[in-house]
Amino acid sequence: MKFLKLLALTSVFGFSAAAANAATLDDVKAKGFVQCGVSQGLIGFSNPDDKNNWTGLDVDFCKAVAAAVLGDATKVKYSPLSAKERFTALQSGAIDVLSRNSTWTMSRDTSLGLSFVGVTYYDGQGFMVPTKLGIKSAKELNGASVCTQTGTTTELNLADYFKANKMEYKIVAFEKNEEVLKAYQEGRCDVFTTDQSGLYAEVLKFANPADHMVLPEIISKEPLGPVVRQGDAQWFNIVKWTYYATLNAEELGVTSANVDDMKKSANPEIQRLLSVAVKNPDGTDADNDFGKGLGLGPDWAYNIVKQVGNYSEIFDRNLAQLKIARGKNALWSAGGLQYAPPIR
Amino acid sequence: MTVNTPHSKSVPPPAPAGGVSWFYDPKIRGYASQIIVVALLLWGLYVIIGNTQANLTKLNQNFGFGFLTQAAGFDLSTSLIEYSSTSTYGRAIFAGLLNTILVAVLGIIFATIIGFLVGVMRLSKNRVVAGAATLYIELIRNVPLLLQIFMWYALVLKPLPGVKDAHSLFGIVFLSKKGIVMPHPNFGPGAWAGLLFLVAALVGTWLFRRRARKLQDETGKITPVWLISIPIIILSPFIGLALAGWPLAFDYPELKGFNFSGGMTMVPEMAALLIALIVYSATFIAETVRSGIQAVSHGQSEASSALGLSRGRALRLVIIPQAMRVIIPPLASQYLNLTKNSSLAIAVGFPDLMYAGGTVNNQSGKAIEVVFILMVVYLSLSLFTAAFMNWFNSRMKMVER
Repeated sequence: MKFLKLLALTSVFGFSAAAANAATLDDVKAKGFVQCGVSQGLIGFSNPDDKNNWTGLDVDFCKAVAAAVLGDATKVKYSPLSAKERFTALQSGAIDVLSRNSTWTMSRDTSLGLSFVGVTYYDGQGFMVPTKLGIKSAKELNGASVCTQTGTTTELNLADYFKANKMEYKIVAFEKNEEVLKAYQEGRCDVFTTDQSGLYAEVLKFANPADHMVLPEIISKEPLGPVVRQGDAQWFNIVKWTYYATLNAEELGVTSANVDDMKKSANPEIQRLLSVAVKNPDGTDADNDFGKGLGLGPDWAYNIVKQVGNYSEIFDRNLAQLKIARGKNALWSAGGLQYAPPIR
Repeated sequence: MTVNTPHSKSVPPPAPAGGVSWFYDPKIRGYASQIIVVALLLWGLYVIIGNTQANLTKLNQNFGFGFLTQAAGFDLSTSLIEYSSTSTYGRAIFAGLLNTILVAVLGIIFATIIGFLVGVMRLSKNRVVAGAATLYIELIRNVPLLLQIFMWYALVLKPLPGVKDAHSLFGIVFLSKKGIVMPHPNFGPGAWAGLLFLVAALVGTWLFRRRARKLQDETGKITPVWLISIPIIILSPFIGLALAGWPLAFDYPELKGFNFSGGMTMVPEMAALLIALIVYSATFIAETVRSGIQAVSHGQSEASSALGLSRGRALRLVIIPQAMRVIIPPLASQYLNLTKNSSLAIAVGFPDLMYAGGTVNNQSGKAIEVVFILMVVYLSLSLFTAAFMNWFNSRMKMVER
């Protein structure tokens, strides 16, 4: 009997483990929160305060997903992950969505069993040096020691850049960002490299930000965006359209402040975004509920905008303090790259 | 394996007419239970492997080691072999393994020396010496190693100057925040003469020692073998090189822009890790040594002084050999600990096996394969160390008559 019990137990365990990553939406609804993988602290993207309240562009994105799925932007739990741990955490199902300034590359998209959802922030890799070195260009860095984080595209771009420019360098790489920063400030290396937004964010933590400068060269394309597991099309769509909803809302002028008024708008695009039912001329209700296709309620986008805001609100809230301009991250209509397919 | 059935041997149970039911036959029961356990184990393995396979397929991944031949794309701060970002993932892991072995071997050597010294110091009759040893041991072994690695890294890095104001020793060795740079010896053709002379000196010493022992057995006269041999051993390679016309050139470090070029560098990360590992492991080795020496009964030293042996010879010929058989087994586990603790290198960014493996895992996404490789390699390292120490133990253990 004991043997049979054990047999039954093992088989149940075996099969339940196999089924664990089937439907993320059901999982999230059942547990009542979104488990979101974030960085271990990067101002502007995901950063905890002393009360462990997380803020940042990546964090707001997780909140938007929670607002769309659960109707409550506060129902998010954060897993701070190092660059090395992040993809394994997502693959293993420890987190539901990875929103951790991660660069979209072909190999990551095709061979990790993961899917990048979109580009929430267009970035590029840059270099920071102490002003006293008197260096004006990255081309003058031959022979320098460069501090960076292991397991990042930064590490790879760095090797490529120095090779392409026939320069030597010595790498000093750490697993945690704070160790990289400490080593740079201690003078262990001459140069600190990461995504340019990161450079602007980190310099604020330094004792004397004026003693450091960001070199003009951008050596790579770093499209940063959220990542989900491959093979769960529904969850992929939810996360993707959460991002698009913030862009569409900005484009349509819907903000967290005016979203309630906007529900009365006569603009059909806004009506579709907010799932406002309208009467057809023949008296029937036109179906404007696009949440259905995602397996969500009709208020999915309303909740995102109401509780988190549109893309420009999110951007201004988090990145204005770093004095980062919209630049490439402006809407397509303003000359940028942010472009969302229409909701219809 | 046979089943232990004490009753069936001593007191044969009164056999009923039809014999014992097979259900109660201890032999059959034994076999049956073993078959069931093995079957369960195999089945468990099957489930684990099948489950992993299924999940990997679902993630559009396949298990395999083909990725090891792909270009790694990242650099390592220090490597014993030629390594660059165009090398393969496999080579990155191998470079990491060599760094781990380097740290483990250096760590073991120095931790053993310091450990023996401190262990003996702790038994000293001089209170100050014994007290200092006790303080060192109790302080260090009760603080987590990771913390100590961070501390040493900060201590190593903080006081050092930048490369431009590097501390210099005779203008050929430089010490700065970027590490210790030393001249790198380049051996030209004919350098084998140095090696040849060294081997000759070692063989000569061995023969000399044999002769000296024979002489002592026959006449009781003691020859100071080591006093004569050691200078010869040290000098011999230089004599060989000199006779071959000195085919040895040094590559001297030179300050060029941001860094020293030429020479060989020991990065501060490695220095911090090594110091931390040595200082930490030496405390445990010291305690092992102390317990070993204390395990030898006092009668032994009394007996040797009754035989007229000097204190030093009594220690070397009587006490230490007996202490060694108590010391070696726990010493072996200290060596294993040190080797495995070296994986904390990642905390200070020293590219050991764990660091290289972790980076490869992250860049290639082959988590299961990489973890598998790391487990197999660490296991082999440990088994190798254990096998060596077992061999050493069997050589050193008391011959019982």
